Amino acid sequence: MSVVLIIALAAAQMQGMDHAGHRPGMTMPMPMPKPAATPKPKPRTVKRPARHRAAAAMPMPEVAACSPEHAAMGHCEAPAAIPATGPSEPCPPEHAAMGHCTAAPGDAAASGTALPAGDAPAPAAPAPTYADRVWGAGAMAPARARLRHEHGGMTFTQVMLNIAELQPRAGRDGYRWDGEAWFGGDVDRLVVKSEGDGRFGARVGGEVQALYSRAIGPYFNVQGGIRQEIGVDRRYAVAGVEGLAPYWFDVEATAFLSDRGDVLARVEGTYDQRITQRLILQPRAELNLSAQDVARDRIGAGLVDAELGLRLRYELRREFAPYVGVSWERAFGATRRLRGGSGGAVVALGVRAWF
Amino acid sequence: MTSDHDTATRFGRRNLLRAGGMLAAGACAPAWAQGGSAGIAARPEVSGNDIHLRIAHQMMTIDGHRSHAIGINGSVPAPLIRLREGQTVRLHVENALDEESSIHWHGLLVPFHMDGVPGVSFPGIAPRSTFTYEFPVRQAGTYWYHSHSGLQEQMGLYGPIVIDPAMPDPAGPAREHVILLSDHSQRHPHAIFRKLKQQGGYFNYQKQTLAGLLAGRDQRAGERIEWGKMRMDPADIADVTASTYTYLVNGHGPRDQWTGLFAPGERVRLRLINASAMTTFNVRLPGLAMTVVEADGLAVRPVTIDELQVAVAETYDVIVTPSDDRAYALVAESVDRSGMALATLAPRVGMRAAAPPLRPRPLASMKDMGMGAMGPMGDDGAMAPHDMSAHDMAGHDMAGHQMSGHDMPGNAAPGHDMAAMNDSMRNFANAPEVKRTPTVQTIAPMPVDRTGEPGQGLADVGHRVLTYRDLVAASRNPDVRAPDRALRIHLTGNMERYMWAFDGEKLNEVTAPFAFLENERVRVTLVNDTMMGHPIHLHGHYFELVTGHGDHAPRKHTVQVQPGGTVTFDLTADAVGDWAFHCHMLYHMHAGMMQVVTVRPRGEGAA
Ligand SMILES: [Cu+2]
Repeated sequence: MSVVLIIALAAAQMQGMDHAGHRPGMTMPMPMPKPAATPKPKPRTVKRPARHRAAAAMPMPEVAACSPEHAAMGHCEAPAAIPATGPSEPCPPEHAAMGHCTAAPGDAAASGTALPAGDAPAPAAPAPTYADRVWGAGAMAPARARLRHEHGGMTFTQVMLNIAELQPRAGRDGYRWDGEAWFGGDVDRLVVKSEGDGRFGARVGGEVQALYSRAIGPYFNVQGGIRQEIGVDRRYAVAGVEGLAPYWFDVEATAFLSDRGDVLARVEGTYDQRITQRLILQPRAELNLSAQDVARDRIGAGLVDAELGLRLRYELRREFAPYVGVSWERAFGATRRLRGGSGGAVVALGVRAWF
Repeated sequence: MTSDHDTATRFGRRNLLRAGGMLAAGACAPAWAQGGSAGIAARPEVSGNDIHLRIAHQMMTIDGHRSHAIGINGSVPAPLIRLREGQTVRLHVENALDEESSIHWHGLLVPFHMDGVPGVSFPGIAPRSTFTYEFPVRQAGTYWYHSHSGLQEQMGLYGPIVIDPAMPDPAGPAREHVILLSDHSQRHPHAIFRKLKQQGGYFNYQKQTLAGLLAGRDQRAGERIEWGKMRMDPADIADVTASTYTYLVNGHGPRDQWTGLFAPGERVRLRLINASAMTTFNVRLPGLAMTVVEADGLAVRPVTIDELQVAVAETYDVIVTPSDDRAYALVAESVDRSGMALATLAPRVGMRAAAPPLRPRPLASMKDMGMGAMGPMGDDGAMAPHDMSAHDMAGHDMAGHQMSGHDMPGNAAPGHDMAAMNDSMRNFANAPEVKRTPTVQTIAPMPVDRTGEPGQGLADVGHRVLTYRDLVAASRNPDVRAPDRALRIHLTGNMERYMWAFDGEKLNEVTAPFAFLENERVRVTLVNDTMMGHPIHLHGHYFELVTGHGDHAPRKHTVQVQPGGTVTFDLTADAVGDWAFHCHMLYHMHAGMMQVVTVRPRGEGAA
């Protein structure tokens, strides 16, 4: 079934994006054999510099009663924390490396940041509530909640009308819209999409979708929800992916299951070619597919219809860009027979706007 | 802590300067903020043991345009706070706003509950209330202060701090000026942040275009396609640009042109402070060399340069000796070269020096993507000649420029090309510490230490540019022990969604802080997995940069980690408490690039 195939392909491609580095012949060096099974991130992994291995291989010098590990566990007092500056007695590098003494000053190569790091264990992470001791937990709790909310947890909104245009035609002029709005955080969002077209004084065809959207990687979202037709009593369940493909293509692949059990699919893509800082050419393609004939809706199995558009916009502001364009569409196969050869090219005058 | 500070004598000098300023400008203005041209209001200076600060809404005028701001004691930027090493200061801060506010003393070593970060070190200053900070002044040098609440810092809530040493240096320069650099927008900061969330490249009007390609500018077609394949924009140098910002010196725009006076032949100390919200500045005085004598408030061995990059929240003291009886332009170009802050150094008020034109903006290179080791030059030193910036690409065609011929240090990987690099750009095997979240757009495949390189875009300017490796502490470091352990922290981000984090986790998602034991010495390596520089700031501490200077490592409170680069520092966790640790790009921090660092007494356990 073509629909399934498309979704599967899209999913596979996304998989490829997220699990970069699996392609055969890919030879990027990596210290670990397989990143496949999500490497469980260890808490604050301790990095052991190569230089230290050499140091560790040396015979361990006699150490003070309190080893760093023990000190870290609070079992004893570590050796004097900050050695006095100034000349000190001879200090072998191994001792200096463990912080037991200070290498002779003037020999920059043997003290301070020139020394290799040890491999003491990291302490357990305490709750960051030390300020409660001074200001009280009651005073700190709301401030702490606000801090976390403000640094990464806020929600935003965008309303984007990508296409809002008039299509002058012989006879009745037409119009067309395509836009979406989202509300939410970085990962989870509510998305409302709408598109449609019509002719003044005649039929209106279109749809509204209400979707839950979730970020599944740096570039892609999965979306699911419902679609309601405008002008026709029909509803669909919706599942799809959208995002930014390599080479800066905005892509969208969606499957629809109607309340009568019919399966449809849609694939869309746009690209913004920046001619100058404000003049942008946007090619656009949309393909609709169907798994079966739906005669009542004048849909035939296979490729239903296709639309190709080319719109040249000028960003007076980023948020407001009038455009001119051409749009070409036609139906295919069984649909073409059902619809009676509709299609052709139209000129479009419109505006792209968002806030 | 810096009694051997290389600072100027200040015996009577302040009064002398004040008098000179009055004569020169005909206004009773403190030297640091005194505008040379008529109509620029004088700014206050506060000092003493009891200092009163009042935070309130007000208007400010920049280049003739009035805009809304938040200031202190009626001043934007906030007044200069002048302290003396060894004193104990009480700062009574009245918040006259209808929202919470706070003041953080950037770079000052204070008890943690006086550090001023709401939700970390104290509850914040409630609306219409007063909070008193009290702490001993343990250091001397150039610092600054700013709000740590919401986005108030972008609204003007920042000001300079100068601390005179307990033991003045009689050989110091005769004159000094505070040069407080900042960025200001007519837009509300929340509107700026919303636009960045909606469209990451919203403010960038220097993108690569088709017209540019046809005119032979920027990358060639094949290279553009390869970068497009990675969904990487090499023109993404600064998030917020001159399309909305005016860049300021001491609160004055380029047209106002703040003027600092000198007598020809005099040594003049300039206290450079980058108090901007989002702008990395490249600072120079064409025709005048600068000698860097302090970094982040602490003395360094003098090093003479022609230009330096000042990251957000860094401070540098430089000495200049203008010998001619003429005006010099002080130019602070934003890193993306969309605009500049401009001031004048002149013997007399009213003199002006022509501002040099903005230089072409840089493009991000392969090194900025964390592929630094892939160039034939290898790890450090100057930019590799195969660095694929616009300047270097003349005569090269990226499409035919297979990387397979180059050596890859430590890795036998012949036969791969940029397609392979693309696949490697999000390989979590290169960063096991990083959580696999949508925040992580890329993992730098081969990040390298870039502390020996000039900042982004300054590799080929044709004159001396400061690098971090040029900085050597003037006195021996107070703690020269070897680190007990090493820790690696990744700086991660997603330019498309405008998400920023440490180790792939935004502050709102973090479950555990970065934990240290009291007096533990830890070698921290910051790995920048993004294509933007991040000025990383740790509150309450200094750290020693591991740049090959042993026990004279330069000590800093803020460090710029160049795109695709690493910075390693040794930290002595000697201040018990909880401390903010964050990127000082305000909107990066706001997006989540912040963490808490805990320092606990040994034996206290994980309580
Ligand atoms: Cu800070």
